Amino acid sequence: MNASTSDRPAGGRPLAMRAGLLALVVIAGVALAAPLLATNDPTAQFRDHVLAPPMLPRLVDAEGRWHVRPFIYPLRVVDRLDRRFAEDRARPVALGLFVRGRLVAPLDPAGGPWLPLGADRLGRDGWARLVLGARRSLGVALVASLGALVLGLAIGIGAGYAGGLIDLVLMRAAEFVLVLPVLYVVLAARATLPATIPPSAVFTLMTALLALTGWPMVARGVRAIVAREAVQEFAVAARALGASPARIVWYHLAPATLGFLRVQGLQLLPAAILAETTLSFAGLGFAPDAPSWGTLLHDGSDIGALSDAPWLLAAAGAVVTVVFAINLASLSIDPRRDPR
Amino acid sequence: MWRFLVARACLLVGLVLAASAAMVAVTSLAPGDVTTEAHLEGASLEQIARERARLGLDRPLLVRLAVSIGQTAQLDFGTSYRYGQPVLALVATRAVHSALLASLAFAAALALGVPFGLVSGSGRFPRLARVVGATSLVLLSLPPLLVALILTVVAVRTGWAPAGGMQSAGADEWTFGQRALDIAHHLIVPVLALGLPLAASIERMQQAAVAEGASARHVLAASARGVGVGRWLWRALWRPTASPVASVLGLAAGTLLSGSLAVELVTAWPGLGRLMFEALATRDVPLAAGCGAAAAAFLAVWATLGDVLAWWLDPRLRPGATS
Repeated sequence: MNASTSDRPAGGRPLAMRAGLLALVVIAGVALAAPLLATNDPTAQFRDHVLAPPMLPRLVDAEGRWHVRPFIYPLRVVDRLDRRFAEDRARPVALGLFVRGRLVAPLDPAGGPWLPLGADRLGRDGWARLVLGARRSLGVALVASLGALVLGLAIGIGAGYAGGLIDLVLMRAAEFVLVLPVLYVVLAARATLPATIPPSAVFTLMTALLALTGWPMVARGVRAIVAREAVQEFAVAARALGASPARIVWYHLAPATLGFLRVQGLQLLPAAILAETTLSFAGLGFAPDAPSWGTLLHDGSDIGALSDAPWLLAAAGAVVTVVFAINLASLSIDPRRDPR
Repeated sequence: MWRFLVARACLLVGLVLAASAAMVAVTSLAPGDVTTEAHLEGASLEQIARERARLGLDRPLLVRLAVSIGQTAQLDFGTSYRYGQPVLALVATRAVHSALLASLAFAAALALGVPFGLVSGSGRFPRLARVVGATSLVLLSLPPLLVALILTVVAVRTGWAPAGGMQSAGADEWTFGQRALDIAHHLIVPVLALGLPLAASIERMQQAAVAEGASARHVLAASARGVGVGRWLWRALWRPTASPVASVLGLAAGTLLSGSLAVELVTAWPGLGRLMFEALATRDVPLAAGCGAAAAAFLAVWATLGDVLAWWLDPRLRPGATS
């Protein structure tokens, strides 16, 4: 360990960290309030709005007049084959708060749906799918990271405290899992199941697989800490006083790993988000009717959509924002705290 | 050294056998088999039973596992159900494509990550270090999948690179030079997509390793002697970090394979990952086993190369060395 663990790299790092944390709080709030924030049912198909562009709320109308109440111009199809749309400037639709169980929605539903982020190939609301997908993607990542932390903690303590052969076997196993290509493993595991399984089963499967492939780094670090602390005077004293192994581990050794677990958690989380995205993108995760950021990317990724409907890639922006915010938030952590 | 290499060769053989057996088990546990499609298309039960018997699918799983391990041990990977071609040839072609992509991406990542990490970790160029740090933080937030998607959008919109695939249509009739140029053109997007995120993590790793050693006495002594900046950076600062970084990079094979799979899916690069994806989806047991074996061989060889490189760079680590 280095003696100077508290000094931070110079240059405004705490500000960047605070910005990252703030962004994370906002994103978590959006994910929690998703049903309220969603502008439409995420599975509803608006046949007149297939691949409609985003409809941004406005305060200034086409003639340059300001309005107190935000409003939208409804979209009308001009050419269905060419997917050309025109704003209906004659009939602006005002937006209201808490309309029909939504936080913000058009006051008059007759003007057609409001699609703040446009619509996909089936005419589904991109914004609704994005915010509801956030719950699924972030939920998987959170549970999987916690699972990997718990598993890594248990295995690391076992290896570090027991030592000897158990230590050797567990650490070789950790090295083995560490070099496994996660995607290949999940691909193979996913292939043993039917092509379509319900979203709850996908959730369980994906969190389990990500936890089972994420623990080795945690276990290696925890083992190093536990092995170091177990020979310190307080631990030896506790043993001399007749404390049980469980008590020694829980009260004397495990607390020393907390800082390390925080660092690891912040590294596992973005990795798990990216893994979910990639898996669902490849068709190995959630089904298309259960929106997650990966399935959204899958919908938006073919060549035609890439050039004509770039708003379908909004999920990519969401993923990058979240992962970047987590990376910012973990900037303040000194890498030298890492015991490896 | 030789004992180590022999041990690693044994590990390689074991891994290849285990991976191909695991693939056989996985595809057999999966619902349906290669005849399911024929059944759906209206083949009679009798025809299907005959086909299953011909392929050996009617035998118990343990027997099939034993047979497959025995054949793999003799380097007989069988014939793909779907393509009707020898698995070895299919897998070899695709593995070469994947290896080309992975090695170019890795080389690009090293060429970008090591110098930038060295400069930003040295503490001599604080402004540049901040720019590099911010850039790699952004790149770390962009997995290969997203970089591939974003670059494909850009490529489609501007036309500076092909949208996907490995060769242009009609390339078979071109001369070798033209084809090589064509493939290089198709490689731009996948190599950048796989290489940029890796470059960022190599940069962070190199930066941390250099920053840790920047206060060592030999570094201070070199500064005191007035050694030129370039020589100071490479001889005094970088050289001692080369070995630990190399041994960590030995673990990067899994990341490369996973990233390569994502990139292959987006950019339609005909590599090993996509072949395995297809094989598992169509329950093509021999092909899946062959792909698993190739991936395992790649992992074992890469990890061994990482260790050997680390030893070559730092004699103190060699087995039997006295420090």
